[in-house]
Amino acid sequence: MTILELDHVSKSFGALKVTDDVSFTVAAGEALGIIGPNGAGKSTLFNLITGNLLSDRGSITLLGRDVTRISPMQRCLMGVGRSFQIPQPFSNLTVFENLVVAATHGRGLPEREVTDDCVRVLEQTELLARANQSAGSLSLLGRKRLELARAMATGPKLLLLDEIAGGLTEGECHALVDTIRAIHASGVTIVWIEHVLHALTSVVDRLLVLDFGRLIATGACDDVMARREVQEIYLGIDV
Amino acid sequence: MTHTVTTRTRASRLATIAAVLLIAAGLALPAFVDRSMIKDLFFILTMLTLAQYWNLLAGYGGLVSVGQQAFVGLGAYGLFGAAIVWGMDPVLALPLAGLFALAVAIPTAFFAFRLAGAYFAIGTWVVAEVVRLSIAQWKAVGGGTGTSLPRSVQADMTGTDFVGTLFGVRSAAAQDILSYWLALALAVATIGGIYLLLRSKAGLALAAVRDNAEAARAVGVDAGRMKWLVFLAASFGTGLTGALIYLQKGRISPEAAFSVTDWTAYVIFITVIGGIGTIEGPIIGILVFFVLQTLFADYGSTYLLALGMIGILVMLFAPRGIWGAITDRTGLQFFPIRRRLQKTPRPEP
Ligand SMILES: Nc1ncnc2c1ncn2[C@@H]1O[C@H](COP(=O)(O)OP(=O)(O)OP(=O)(O)O)[C@@H](O)[C@H]1O
Ligand SMILES: [Mg+2]
Repeated sequence: MTILELDHVSKSFGALKVTDDVSFTVAAGEALGIIGPNGAGKSTLFNLITGNLLSDRGSITLLGRDVTRISPMQRCLMGVGRSFQIPQPFSNLTVFENLVVAATHGRGLPEREVTDDCVRVLEQTELLARANQSAGSLSLLGRKRLELARAMATGPKLLLLDEIAGGLTEGECHALVDTIRAIHASGVTIVWIEHVLHALTSVVDRLLVLDFGRLIATGACDDVMARREVQEIYLGIDV
Repeated sequence: MTHTVTTRTRASRLATIAAVLLIAAGLALPAFVDRSMIKDLFFILTMLTLAQYWNLLAGYGGLVSVGQQAFVGLGAYGLFGAAIVWGMDPVLALPLAGLFALAVAIPTAFFAFRLAGAYFAIGTWVVAEVVRLSIAQWKAVGGGTGTSLPRSVQADMTGTDFVGTLFGVRSAAAQDILSYWLALALAVATIGGIYLLLRSKAGLALAAVRDNAEAARAVGVDAGRMKWLVFLAASFGTGLTGALIYLQKGRISPEAAFSVTDWTAYVIFITVIGGIGTIEGPIIGILVFFVLQTLFADYGSTYLLALGMIGILVMLFAPRGIWGAITDRTGLQFFPIRRRLQKTPRPEP
């Protein structure tokens, strides 16, 4: 079953074409990685999928429904959860309250029904000890975990992760990857943008390469990385 | 190990008890104090209520309006219209007056929500002026010069007889006591209602939008609906309060009922010096304002200038107001909204 389908999607900022005729599908249960140089349009692609940006052309289908023009809020209710590349916590709320907002509004549930789920997500993302701390006081790792936790609290079917491992130490990254792998194993479809390749390829089955807003390669990780144009463009190596 | 959520603190438990005692004392007070004191308390309670609604708008909803006098005036004129044109009992017409303000708030929101930041503020002020000029054309309630509530209407007001007999006072004093009780009820309902709202899922969404609107939308918060909710609630409440204020005054004119100084500038002053974005703030603010008003109001424009200076000084040196400075030092919270997750050990078998 297809969970997400982009069909000839384009987006420009003024004269700058940031998403250029991109089409791909994501199957339910899949883990897909997206790579590409800085400014390739990866985060923009996420914003188009979540509805934070509207596409100029093309259509986006989520779980069989055309969502091209519907609001981020409705897409969230349909099952899209996302993390932001630069963490965007609700700084004046506690870590726990950040999750309660997501769980109550993202799933349309009354507050008393979400406590157990929030606690489970806090445990899973190793934030339980920080539950009552204000989100603004978290370290970078804590903020990255909170991004993941808050997205999970909305009960996503499709989880979009934007450079969640960037800036972490080797050990921190390792622990986070284990968490993401467990989330994937629990049945959540994942699309993950990441520069930390070894982290990415240890989870995803398939890679998609963007450059100047265009989709230039897609396929199994090893095959894609072996492609000449990917090595040239992404790694900047003359082969 | 299971978990439960609580918002209560030791201070809030004491505050609950204190609030119940205060309300009881407030109800009984007319038996012990004179009429001028009752009038002062009426002023304090109604200004406090207006400040709570402005705080809901600006402090919690991020909607900085300088046109709330529109809804004070609309509520007041709604009440006078219902009493004079339809011959309604003014006490029973109070909720209707709130609805009158609400009815104008809906098109106002459609217009003002297209504007952001400073433009929103200017937009609300423009709407208030338009409303004032329109109401000044309403001949049945005195047009541009205004009018008074007929004596017969005031004397026959629901509850006047009851209050008069209860306290053994004449009709005019009974009306003041009745207005004061209504103001007390309105202030308590407003503070209680806002507190419940802030503690609810909607209140959490308001806080989330205030922190980060884009992230809030991404986790399913309907930011647009929150704005509507806050704006309409504040307009209705402000209209109701305006109606009550002019029921007590008994006389109305467009200049007075749509006064930007009385119903918006003072209200902003109260909220900002007390502490915006907290329920405690306007309570502190109104006390400070009342003292200043009693001591210095006779100095006219010098007084207004001094108020402005105090406002600026507080904004510079205690940007979160007097209450903000107090909580920073003591952590005190009488209306806590922060949810704390607690472990509840399993009961012994
Ligand atoms: N709101 C915007 N307005 C104008 N230009 C934008 C906007 N958002 C992104 N861009 C531009 O679009 C291009 C793609 O940005 P995007 O953030 O999608 O890249 P990215 O692939 O995520 O890069 P990185 O790896 O650095 O995160 C960049 O040149 C960026 O400057
Ligand atoms: Mg990016």
